[in-house]
Amino acid sequence: MSDLKRAFLEGGHALAEAAIQAGCRFYCGYPMTPSTEVLEYMARRMPEVGGVCVNVESELEGINMVWGATGAGVRSMIASTTNGMSLMQESLSEMVLGRIPAVIVNMGRGQGDYNMCTRGGGHGSNPAIVLAPSSGPEAVETAYRAFHLAEKWRHPVMIFGDFLLSHTSETVTFEPPEDTLGPLPDKDWATDGARGRPPRLLTSLGMRITDAPDGSPLPDAQTRTDVTAPMRLAVQRHEEIAAAEIRVETHWLEDAELVVSAFGVPARFAQYAARLARDEGMKIGFVRPYTLLPFPAETFRRVAERGLPIAVFENNAGQMVQDVRLAVEGRAPVHFIGGISMDSSGFGVGPHIDALHILQRLREVYATRNAA
Amino acid sequence: MATEMQKVFTRSPLLGTNTHSLCPGCGEPNAIRVLMENIEEMEERENTICVLGIGCYTAFAALMEIDCQQAMHGRAPAQATGVKRVLPDRLVFTLQGDGDMVTEGIQEVIHAASRGEKITAVCLNNAAFGETGGHMTATSVVGQKTKSTLGGRDPEVHGHPIRLPEMLQGFEGVAYVARGTVHTPVGVKKTKKLLRAALETQRRGLGFGLVEIVTMCPTGWFVPTADGPRFQEEHLLPIFPVGELKRPAGLDV
Amino acid sequence: MAKSTGTVRIVVDACKGCELCIPVCPPRVLVMSRAVNAIGFRYPELLDGCTGCELCAEICPDYCFEVYRGISRDAPSRSEEIPA
Repeated sequence: MSDLKRAFLEGGHALAEAAIQAGCRFYCGYPMTPSTEVLEYMARRMPEVGGVCVNVESELEGINMVWGATGAGVRSMIASTTNGMSLMQESLSEMVLGRIPAVIVNMGRGQGDYNMCTRGGGHGSNPAIVLAPSSGPEAVETAYRAFHLAEKWRHPVMIFGDFLLSHTSETVTFEPPEDTLGPLPDKDWATDGARGRPPRLLTSLGMRITDAPDGSPLPDAQTRTDVTAPMRLAVQRHEEIAAAEIRVETHWLEDAELVVSAFGVPARFAQYAARLARDEGMKIGFVRPYTLLPFPAETFRRVAERGLPIAVFENNAGQMVQDVRLAVEGRAPVHFIGGISMDSSGFGVGPHIDALHILQRLREVYATRNAA
Repeated sequence: MATEMQKVFTRSPLLGTNTHSLCPGCGEPNAIRVLMENIEEMEERENTICVLGIGCYTAFAALMEIDCQQAMHGRAPAQATGVKRVLPDRLVFTLQGDGDMVTEGIQEVIHAASRGEKITAVCLNNAAFGETGGHMTATSVVGQKTKSTLGGRDPEVHGHPIRLPEMLQGFEGVAYVARGTVHTPVGVKKTKKLLRAALETQRRGLGFGLVEIVTMCPTGWFVPTADGPRFQEEHLLPIFPVGELKRPAGLDV
Repeated sequence: MAKSTGTVRIVVDACKGCELCIPVCPPRVLVMSRAVNAIGFRYPELLDGCTGCELCAEICPDYCFEVYRGISRDAPSRSEEIPA
């Protein structure tokens, strides 16, 4: 184990170090701004801990190498960015169905990947668990938590960050969070050579199932194929995960007359804007989903049941706002105060990612909050 | 009247006991059988992981009595690389068709070969996408009629087939390259030896190995079942000649 | 009666009637049945004169053949008479 306990690191490096301290021993990546630095850090650090870092020739190869290494029983990770994530979707989808507990990091360009992250994996129907840290220290916790949740549920976990997360330097402490200290199930699915045990098949195709449809075990030779079983099991698993793993940060909801919501690093700007607004006398509440999937629908529903309008700020054309609208089911107005905001590089650090800008948007919506 | 008969041939236990539903006259089961026999004879059953691609042979995941991982179409060499890099002392091989390895997944196999990954890539080449009903792949031969080349593969429109063993043999990290055929019993027995040499190359850590095995597919070739071997001999083997193209110096199997 | 120095046991219900075994048999002692098996295919039947050369087993894609070789004193070569 590393003796690095505390350091001032940019987010991409911090996340990489945390993954290694969480036991990740296989990493691959393809250079792509703003996830490149994760690969650079791993290229230096992995050999130091006896792990493997491969600079792959495409993201398509990368996700499948991670599939193989994870399936062999080793904690494995890949980081990529937006377009690279798109390339990985087929295998990411099938890894959900095949129950391959890998960790995938998307340092996105802006937040326009929200739909891809929360709907995409699964050919649009069976996504990974999605965690959205909003700071370097939270990214470090998230690395430990991602591997823990992945193995707890035997389900891929995605960490959704952005340029600001990857490139902002903060002081971080490497310590596994409390909720990741519990025991994990044995890896009795890993294909590491059938030594002294029956052979195993890791597949997303529903082959060699050893349970009858009612869940009772079949005698050994009577395995069966049911191509829909992995899909049904994934749906069921999502329900179980949703009941247990939702994490959301809320502030100032008790006296709120308008709630602002955001995720990821932009949420820090939104929270700061909310504080400035409160200093001006506005009763602003704040909701920051940390788990984008499972989505904290219940939190938004309770806000809406009080009739409170919700203003969603995100760096895209309006994606999480749709999940908010679904959650409130028309009980309260939902406003979109975000938008696509990039600099000339297109990597997602535009002029709207600014507390004073968000504050102005909040003033505008707040003024209309009691309108019929 | 007494007979003293000794059993000289039986189905390998590594193939399990189930039947498979591949077509009558398919060559793939012959290739897979001798592959499993090699693993059994090398006593590597507990040490072996197969990464399967997507094709008719995918069904053999339900028969093979070794650890297996299913990969997506074309992706097996990358997935096998992941397995081998974290478990370097295991025997790791891919089982793919020409549609999977040479068509969809040409990038994966080229990069695994160029990196000299110490895996064995096995390509079952029937010059067609068999599982989807008989469509052109990167190895379909000129003149071959398929459902996507109704008048026969025309080089002006569809180009020429790729000979992957010939292509990869020059890579420094590639240690063993061969092509076999299973259209005759002699071909099957020779293919078994080629596969053994490839697996032994991996066992000794000598580099990447590729064995392409030409297999009958009367269904995908739209010929009568019993005509498969003849069609293979007349139309495919002249384009895909059998033999060893590269062998590590001193390999004595 | 032709001398049989070998014999085969044929898993009749695994056969898919591909007939690849028929021409590869050197003494030509495999002939396709008239009856069909449980999955609707005709299957090979063994005549006398098998030498246990294994060529049928090598070519069969459905692993239908178990091959036996040994000393026979003109015994019938049907699978029922094979010791366990």
